[in-house]
Amino acid sequence: MKRNIPCMLLASAGVVLIGIGIALGQPGQVLMKAVRICMECVGIG
Amino acid sequence: MDKRRFSIQAVSALLHNANLKGFLTGKIYQGAGKNICVPGLNCYSCPGAVGACPIGSLQGFLSGLKFRFPYYVLGFLIFFGALLGRAVCGFLCPFGFFQELLHKIPFPIKKNSFAGDRQLRWVKYAVLLLMVVILPLCFALTPFFCKYLCPAGTLSGILLAVHDSMLRAQLGGIFLWKAFVLAVVIVGCLIVFRPFCKYLCPLGAIYGFFNRIALYRMDLDADRCVSCGKCKKVCQMGVDPVRECNSAECIRCGDCVRNCPVNAIHMGIKYGQAKKHSEKTTAL
Repeated sequence: MKRNIPCMLLASAGVVLIGIGIALGQPGQVLMKAVRICMECVGIG
Repeated sequence: MDKRRFSIQAVSALLHNANLKGFLTGKIYQGAGKNICVPGLNCYSCPGAVGACPIGSLQGFLSGLKFRFPYYVLGFLIFFGALLGRAVCGFLCPFGFFQELLHKIPFPIKKNSFAGDRQLRWVKYAVLLLMVVILPLCFALTPFFCKYLCPAGTLSGILLAVHDSMLRAQLGGIFLWKAFVLAVVIVGCLIVFRPFCKYLCPLGAIYGFFNRIALYRMDLDADRCVSCGKCKKVCQMGVDPVRECNSAECIRCGDCVRNCPVNAIHMGIKYGQAKKHSEKTTAL
């Protein structure tokens, strides 16, 4: 079980970072970018 | 072939691209699902995509006019990485699945080891550092990886352009370059197993950092291992599981586990401390 401690700590850190991101309104910024056609991605630039 | 892994890959590709209507209409999904980063490489401009690409989102933050630390996107990457490592690549990534399907097409040359293979593996770390982090930080509003390299985005562009003449009319030099990259990746897939994952994918590079400590990992039972070398021979990612079963290159396909004649390799979340092979040879 000891071997699982670092990954559980990291996974928890990931959850904390997601929480901070939510508090800062970052999901909305991800959404804004993702719901529009990304011109760079599709090769228009 | 591992039918269980194949099924999981197919279901995951479908879940990543559950907006099936989009493939028929050429319209991208605009619902709340795109708040959330998906684990695999799947362009958010793909007509089927229902989530946000983590690499695209990361670059969105880093290339903004005003710097915003990407807590949210990094949180997803660390969370997926800590739990699964590169099992994301082997089980969940739609673009990885696409490459594996292409590799199944019969082709006169199938080659997984060649001179320079080891050196080329480092390119994905350079792509991560330069095209995903440094250049977008230096040049605002330019997601270099998406713009100049990502073949998943090119596929999305093709799928959208089929339906949209306005979009088609705008395709120019950058699209031609990206189409060339996509063509190289497709031809590469016919010859080499998952060339994009091995040499170019920044997402694979990130998840590779977690392979040693991820909850889902491999263990080698050195007491059972007879050093027959079969695991190394069957590994299509070029890993030697006896030397390093949690190598950053391992995508957890499980070929070595299935082919080990003495069941010395285990994969999953329940395995504890295994004896190192070097310890065994010293004891002998």
